[in-house]
Amino acid sequence: MKQEIIRGRAYLFGDNINTDFINPAQYMELPMDQMIQHAMEGADPDFSKNVRPGDVMVAGINFGSGSSRETAPMVIKGSGISVLIAVSFARIFYRNAINIGLKVLTCPQAKEIAHGDELEVDPIAGTIRDLTTGKDYTCTALPPHILELVNDGGLIPHLEKTLKKKD
Amino acid sequence: MGKTLAEKILARCAGKESVSAGEIIQGRVDIAMLDDTLGPWYVDPGLKKLGADIWDRSKTVLICDHYTPSGSAAQANVVKFNREWSKEYNIEHYFEECGPCHQILAENCFDLPGTLLVGVDSHTVTAGAFGCFGTGIGSTEMVGVLATGEIWLRVPESIKIQWEGKLGSRVMGKDVFLRTIRDVSHSGATYMAMEFCGSAIRDLGIDDRMCISNMSVEAGAKAGLMAADEKVEAYLREHGNTKPYYVFESDPDAVYHSVLNYKAEELVPQVACPHAVDNVHDVTEMAGTRIDRAYIGSCTGGRLTDLIAAAEILRGKKLTRDCKLAVSPSSKKVWEQAAKMGILNELSEAGATILAPTCGACVGYHSGLLADGENCASTTNRNFRGRMGSREAGVYLVSAATAAASALTGRLTDPREI
Repeated sequence: MKQEIIRGRAYLFGDNINTDFINPAQYMELPMDQMIQHAMEGADPDFSKNVRPGDVMVAGINFGSGSSRETAPMVIKGSGISVLIAVSFARIFYRNAINIGLKVLTCPQAKEIAHGDELEVDPIAGTIRDLTTGKDYTCTALPPHILELVNDGGLIPHLEKTLKKKD
Repeated sequence: MGKTLAEKILARCAGKESVSAGEIIQGRVDIAMLDDTLGPWYVDPGLKKLGADIWDRSKTVLICDHYTPSGSAAQANVVKFNREWSKEYNIEHYFEECGPCHQILAENCFDLPGTLLVGVDSHTVTAGAFGCFGTGIGSTEMVGVLATGEIWLRVPESIKIQWEGKLGSRVMGKDVFLRTIRDVSHSGATYMAMEFCGSAIRDLGIDDRMCISNMSVEAGAKAGLMAADEKVEAYLREHGNTKPYYVFESDPDAVYHSVLNYKAEELVPQVACPHAVDNVHDVTEMAGTRIDRAYIGSCTGGRLTDLIAAAEILRGKKLTRDCKLAVSPSSKKVWEQAAKMGILNELSEAGATILAPTCGACVGYHSGLLADGENCASTTNRNFRGRMGSREAGVYLVSAATAAASALTGRLTDPREI
């Protein structure tokens, strides 16, 4: 697999960012493009105004706790976030993120990163370089087959592709 | 080396002699549960894209509970879609407007000891009260399950939570869990199984046990297990179970991530204050906090045991205009039992509003949402900011006894004082 370097601006969140913050339940009956307008509203009402395509979301412990709603990683991906880094993730959210094609990395030192820092992330090597501060961090690397699944757009497009190959 | 309950159940589901924590297994799913919000609405496009059919209709359950009775045309459209989908895919086990899915699963004997149940709802861990490995998954994951009948799972480490002794009067299963998460925290059991055991757990009825297992996901747990015992087997008999099940218990020398010990006698009513499930205090510490609404319902706290506890406190009393109480029995069956016992009437006469069995207000969809600045004493499972309506409201998670006592006084109140 070829090298992949993601460059983007850090968009910061705290600990225990739950699925009701990420994707408030009252918007769940809306079409996805409208749901995205309310992404992260429970934690940062201005997120959808301020987020820029390619931003790197950086958060604390237990990101994505609560509901099993897959729309939570979907609205983050739909907001243009290139990769999501947290100190730790809630279990269901982590699996959902991979299944819908959102890159998720755990980094114990994620809290040292400041809002707006320019980051360079290598998901295969499992490294983060903070270009603003010059600091380097290691994060859990995504195994190549999982990264391929994520880059295919998630489990369903990946299965479509691999099933086609077999035909 | 001994095995935990989680390891034994998952070994059976993987068709293996034994498995150990950390191992990745390919599990054969016994029951796949879809609800109305995250079920067919999100699963259907994936299934169609793959051209896949459902692997086993007899093992697939669809329950419309979150958007019923619908609070808007948009919600009604989702429910209608689900109903039509159930016919398109010839789903035999279809329920609508019957109550929250986890109660419906139990009453219809889908929560069988020693089996693997996955659902597109995080509170699927409720099935753990039956020694059933119930766990929540996402909608895309469910596409894979429906197509293949299998799912890969990492065998979790277990935290043993031992409650010994006798619970005091008006102290409930809810208090047991809240006291536990006070120590474990909102993320302390992430990726792990919580195993509840001890004489105080065995003394509890199925309703209180389900309340405890239900909330294990609030500590991040993958499962909230209890070994099946004669009470579980009696429940299954009474509810007409005809299917095989497998009773396991942990070995005395099983290896645990950690062990927590509690004395039931020392437990007093607990409350999780806004806006975190682990922001737990003794009710007496928070006594006097203004309460504008109380809610008794949901897959966590609207079972017969909860309604009985509320009626015991409110019988012959009158709520004032300062605090409203809404009661949503957890299922039609609970409704009918409570009605037969005269409890619904007693609660209504005290001033409570009896609502349909639904997930409604717990998840902020409909049927009694909170206004700006309102405080609610609720028997539900999450008090995240904005969960039950306004972002400016406060949700205090309590037992049904504490909710009823607080409704009566309009202040957070220890139910033993009524």
